[in-house]
Amino acid sequence: TGKFITDTSPSDVAIALSKVKHKILVLSGKGGVGKSTVTAQIARNLAARDYSVGVVDVDVCGPSLARILGVNGQSVHKSSNGWSPVYTLDDIAVMSIDFLLGSEEDAVIWRGAKKNGMIKEFLTSVDWGELDYLVMDTPPGTSDEHLAIVSLLKQSKVSGCVLVSTPQ
Amino acid sequence: VGVLDADLCGPSLSKMIGLKGSIHSCDQGWLPLTAPLGKGRISAVSLSYLVENQDDPVIWRGPKKTAMIKQFLSDVCWGELDYLLIDTPPGTSDEHMTIMECIPGCSVVLVTSPQAVAAADVLRQVTFCKKTNAKVLGIIETMSGFVCPNCSDCGLLFGQGGGRRLAEHCNINFLGSIPIDPNLSRALDKGELLQNLSSSPSAQSYCDIAKLLTKT
Repeated sequence: TGKFITDTSPSDVAIALSKVKHKILVLSGKGGVGKSTVTAQIARNLAARDYSVGVVDVDVCGPSLARILGVNGQSVHKSSNGWSPVYTLDDIAVMSIDFLLGSEEDAVIWRGAKKNGMIKEFLTSVDWGELDYLVMDTPPGTSDEHLAIVSLLKQSKVSGCVLVSTPQ
Repeated sequence: VGVLDADLCGPSLSKMIGLKGSIHSCDQGWLPLTAPLGKGRISAVSLSYLVENQDDPVIWRGPKKTAMIKQFLSDVCWGELDYLLIDTPPGTSDEHMTIMECIPGCSVVLVTSPQAVAAADVLRQVTFCKKTNAKVLGIIETMSGFVCPNCSDCGLLFGQGGGRRLAEHCNINFLGSIPIDPNLSRALDKGELLQNLSSSPSAQSYCDIAKLLTKT
């Protein structure tokens, strides 16, 4: 989108997410340990308890969440209220770059700054409506995406982070 | 053989290779850690060898990671090497783009697990390789089932065939599959070599794959 993170971005995010009661980040640092699986299973279990749940996949290079939730390959559209998320059969609202890619072979070959612009778009411009929980899946590492999310969410009262590891 | 860990945020390789120490520089550049191994030697470079506290996170944005990788590629006195193996982080971003820019036509080995979710990401990595004119040597499938030491039954914990299907779909060599081996995992966690290769189907598979790679 070409939009970058500016000084007003954290307050834009706080306003955009003001109807989301609880925001949870799923982090690891390590790849392949099951962050997306954990995000999906937490979301499903919360939805089964009648909470309204949204998930956003901030791993733009490896957007696994859409496939795990059974909604990969669907498309989204943007209205004046923002991007409409895709809904799973159990009513979880999903936003992922998967929905913006033309085919399953398309690669997102972006340096850090461009990834940050997409993350800001996901946090400011999705029409979630009222949500009890927004669970955010992240890529491995401690780099651009993670700095961007923390910076963008600093006025948004995040409930906290869940860390994922394997036994190794 | 040289090994370079380009996964700056998660530099696991140094722990697994079993070389410990700090990297020092000389007039010509940085000297890798080196140790004899079998009939040859291994030299290694990793951010782990440059930081004081191994537990400190490396919280770097793209440009700083790019600069570090460029230094690893141009300022290390590797000496004569038959092979340089470069480990990368997941994704198709700064690190990967930098390596392909510095080493045009670089040979690539792709790693996947059998799960469709993993193969989906690696399919995108294949696109990255095509766009950057990488020479794809083949695909390796890890986590390819678990052979129970008690009953020898093989459990396909992460499904079956994802790596081979991906290789066929993309017209790429399938180099082999590696079953899950707790003994190998334990050895890698300690940075040790498995003493008894024949007791480990995983170690044997790696042996076969390495032999295949010497023929490409």
